[in-house]
Amino acid sequence: MFNQFQILGRRSMSVFQRLGQAMLFQLQILAGLPGLLRHPRLLIQELYSVGVQSLAIIVISGLTVGMVLGLQMYNTLVDFGTEESLGPVVALSLVRELGPVLTALLFSGRAGSALTAEIGLMKATDQLSVMEMMAVDPVKRVVVPRFVAGVISMPLLAAIFSAVGILGSYMVGVGLLGVDDGAFWSQMQHKVSFDKDIWNGIIKSFVFGIIATWIAVFEGYTAIPTTAGVSNATTRTVVHTAFAVLAMDFVLTAIMFGES
Amino acid sequence: MKTSRTIEILVGLFVAAGLAAFFMLAMKVSNITEFTETDVYTLSARFDNIGGLKVRSPVRMGGVRVGRVVAIEYDSKQLEAVVSMHIMRKHNGIPEDSNASIYTAGLLGEQYVSINPGGASEFLADDDAIEETQSAFVLERMVGQFLIKETEQGAAK
Repeated sequence: MFNQFQILGRRSMSVFQRLGQAMLFQLQILAGLPGLLRHPRLLIQELYSVGVQSLAIIVISGLTVGMVLGLQMYNTLVDFGTEESLGPVVALSLVRELGPVLTALLFSGRAGSALTAEIGLMKATDQLSVMEMMAVDPVKRVVVPRFVAGVISMPLLAAIFSAVGILGSYMVGVGLLGVDDGAFWSQMQHKVSFDKDIWNGIIKSFVFGIIATWIAVFEGYTAIPTTAGVSNATTRTVVHTAFAVLAMDFVLTAIMFGES
Repeated sequence: MKTSRTIEILVGLFVAAGLAAFFMLAMKVSNITEFTETDVYTLSARFDNIGGLKVRSPVRMGGVRVGRVVAIEYDSKQLEAVVSMHIMRKHNGIPEDSNASIYTAGLLGEQYVSINPGGASEFLADDDAIEETQSAFVLERMVGQFLIKETEQGAAK
């Protein structure tokens, strides 16, 4: 009878324990930030593998999402004779929601899983223990540059995603479907506000960058150092990032656009 | 592994592309360019009812945007709404006896202030007020008036 309660209690305690561990790990990362200034080269290397190599999937996804949005919105808007609203509709949905959220999901699939697998394998092959033996702090040497690179890359990738998406909808809307060129941009500029929409989108993608990279490096660093352990940790990274980003998106949207 | 020079160049290009995208969003997509309208003068107008007019709503003359609403306040002494507008300096030839109305763009569109020019030879200057105004069209009030008229006609029969 009490066994079920015991299982429930053990599960919840391990969840909270893990949250606490993640918090302490974040403090360790923050403490290691100043050390990164002395080794900017580590950051460049990670920016390449986290940011530059994610560029292709971000650009292609942004373009197709923008084109599909343009096509679908046009079909609905043309019924009301307001197809000029295509610009603001596409721009607002990309800049406010789709840009940051989809970029974070793609980013965790492309870069987050790679980070977890890399750090987890480093642990499994005892590279991290060797560093400790050489009096090199593995958090400072391995984790901090990857975390900072992720946090810097996410807003840039989200901005690229939104910009490319808007260009994609411009190509479909103005190029193929014959929406007026001037109305497309002028309505967009009229409806999209810089500090309310674009700036909040950037803040969102920055927060998602912290969440996605934090989960990725934490899962990698605490992975069970076996083949199955690393594979489980990689799966957890992608799943937990998706949950956390979508939940956080609701919270941030409620705060930012809740009262108008 | 690529040489560190190639990697640095690629990272530099990536950061530049990100900043360029951000710059494009700021300049081309959002309304930040409109904040640079510094060459303006202020007019005010008093309305009984402003309807759905908002700060940043356009001010038009003959359908062309000449300025923006910058502030909406309620004057609790005279029981009227006071709308302040920034008009672009190049449109400084608005006759003194012009009147201002609040119209709706399209059937369900946003509301804007329309200035209908009068015939006076004197022009409105900075901080002047437009005296003659016409309030916003409020659908409920129109329906209400219509119903009252109908019932009065019904009673007369």
